[in-house]
Amino acid sequence: MAASGSILPLTLRDAGFAAGGRSIIEGVSAEVAAGPTTIILGANGAGKSVLMRLMHGLLQPTSGVVAWRGQGAERLRRGQAMVFQRPIMLRRSALANILYALELARIPAAERGRQAMDALREVGLAEVAHRPARVLSGGEQQRLALARAWALHPEVLFLDEPTANLDPGATREIENVIKAFDASGTKIVMSTHNLGQARRLGDEVLFIHQGRLVERAPVDTFFRQPASAEAAAFIKGELPWT
Amino acid sequence: MSTLGEIVALSLAVSLSAVLLATLLGLPLGAAIAVGRFPGRRVLIVLLNALMGLPPVVVGLLVYLLLSRAGPLGELGLLFTPRAMVIAQTILVLPIIAALCRQSVEDAWVEYEEQLRSLGAHGLHAALTLVWDIRFSLVTAVLAGLGRALAEVGAVIIVGGNIDGVTRVMTTTIALETSKGDLPLALSLGLVLIALVIALNAAAHLIKEAAQRRYG
Repeated sequence: MAASGSILPLTLRDAGFAAGGRSIIEGVSAEVAAGPTTIILGANGAGKSVLMRLMHGLLQPTSGVVAWRGQGAERLRRGQAMVFQRPIMLRRSALANILYALELARIPAAERGRQAMDALREVGLAEVAHRPARVLSGGEQQRLALARAWALHPEVLFLDEPTANLDPGATREIENVIKAFDASGTKIVMSTHNLGQARRLGDEVLFIHQGRLVERAPVDTFFRQPASAEAAAFIKGELPWT
Repeated sequence: MSTLGEIVALSLAVSLSAVLLATLLGLPLGAAIAVGRFPGRRVLIVLLNALMGLPPVVVGLLVYLLLSRAGPLGELGLLFTPRAMVIAQTILVLPIIAALCRQSVEDAWVEYEEQLRSLGAHGLHAALTLVWDIRFSLVTAVLAGLGRALAEVGAVIIVGGNIDGVTRVMTTTIALETSKGDLPLALSLGLVLIALVIALNAAAHLIKEAAQRRYG
C-alpha cells in the first residue's frame, strides 16, 4: 500500500442517486482521505447504504461524480472490499469461502491457503476453517465476512451496518476485528445508526439526513456540539448509547 | 419377446441418458439466461417456459421428420433405435431443466449479486458459482425432467416404433397391451413405473436433505 499506488482520496462531487423517480441521495460532495475512520451516520432510510454502494461502485451515480484518485478499474476493485449488513456465504467451508475470494482477486494459488488461514486466525475462526460456512452462527458468519475482506488486504474497507443483526457479545467481537483492521492501516468507512458504535470506532462523522450530507465533523465535536438542528435531534433521539 | 426386465431396463437407460444430456446442456443455459442481460432475454424466458409444456407427440413428429430416410439426418439411420428415443426425450426435457434452473439461479442472484460483484465475479463465472451453490435445489429441476421422460409415451412411440426387443419401453408396452386388451399386464407395468418414479424421487430427496443439513 505504497502512497504512490494509493487509490485514495475518494472524491464525491454533487453526487446523487435516484431510482424509480425518487431521489435517494442528493448533491453529496465530500472527499474521503486515507487515515481516519469515517462513520456514515444517519437514521434508517437516510440513504447510508446507497451512499456506500455509490462509493464502492456497486451503484453508479445518476448525477454528479464519484471518482477515485487511482487509475484502472481492476486496481480500484482490488483496492477495496465491502462487508454487508447480512453476510452472504457460499455453501462451502469457511476456508473455501475465503479461497474463492482470493481466486477472484487473482492471488497465485500457492499463496491462497496461507493467506486464508492467516485471515481466519485474525478473526478467531481458525478452528472452524473446515466447517460449512452457512451453519456458523450469525456473529461467526460476519467475522468470516471480515476475514474474507482481510485476506484481500484492501486499502479501503466499507462496512454497511456490520453489527445491525447481532447481539452485544458478537457486536463486541466484530468491533475488535474492525479496530485491528484500522490498526493495520486499512481505511475504514462504516455506516451505522448506532451512536455508541460511532463513538467507539469513529474518528470523523458524515451525518446523512434525507439523502443529503448535512454535517461533517470530528467525532468529539460532532457529539459535543452538533452544528445542525437535524444532527442535534438525532443525537438526542438516539439515547441511551447502545 | 422382450422380458419385463428388459423393458424396464431400456426405459431407464433411455430416460436417464436423455436427462443426463439435458442436464449438461440445460443447467448452463438456464444459468446464463438468469445472469445475462441481452436483447430478447424476456422473449426467450417466455418461450422457454412455454416449451416446458411441449407436447411429446409433436416432439416425436419433428424428430421423426429429421431422422426419417428422406429427412436431413436420415443417413445416420437412427430412426427406430433407442438413440432416436434419447434424442427426442432430450429435446422434451431440456426446456424443463433449463427453465427451472433459470428461475432458481435468478432467485439466488438477487441474494448473492452484490456480494459476488463486490468480490469481482462476473458473467459466466458468477453463473457457475451460483449453479454450484444451489446444486441441491437444482436436484428438483432434474427430477422434474426425469419424471417427464419416464412418463411420456408420445415421443418414444413415434421415433422408436415400439419394436419388440429393440425399442419397447414401459409406456409404449402399456399403451400396446391396453389396446390388445391385456389389462392385468398393462396395469402391473403401470405400477412398476409408478414405483420406480417414487423410488427415484425418494432417493434424490434423501440425498438433498442430508446435503442441506451438512452445508446449510
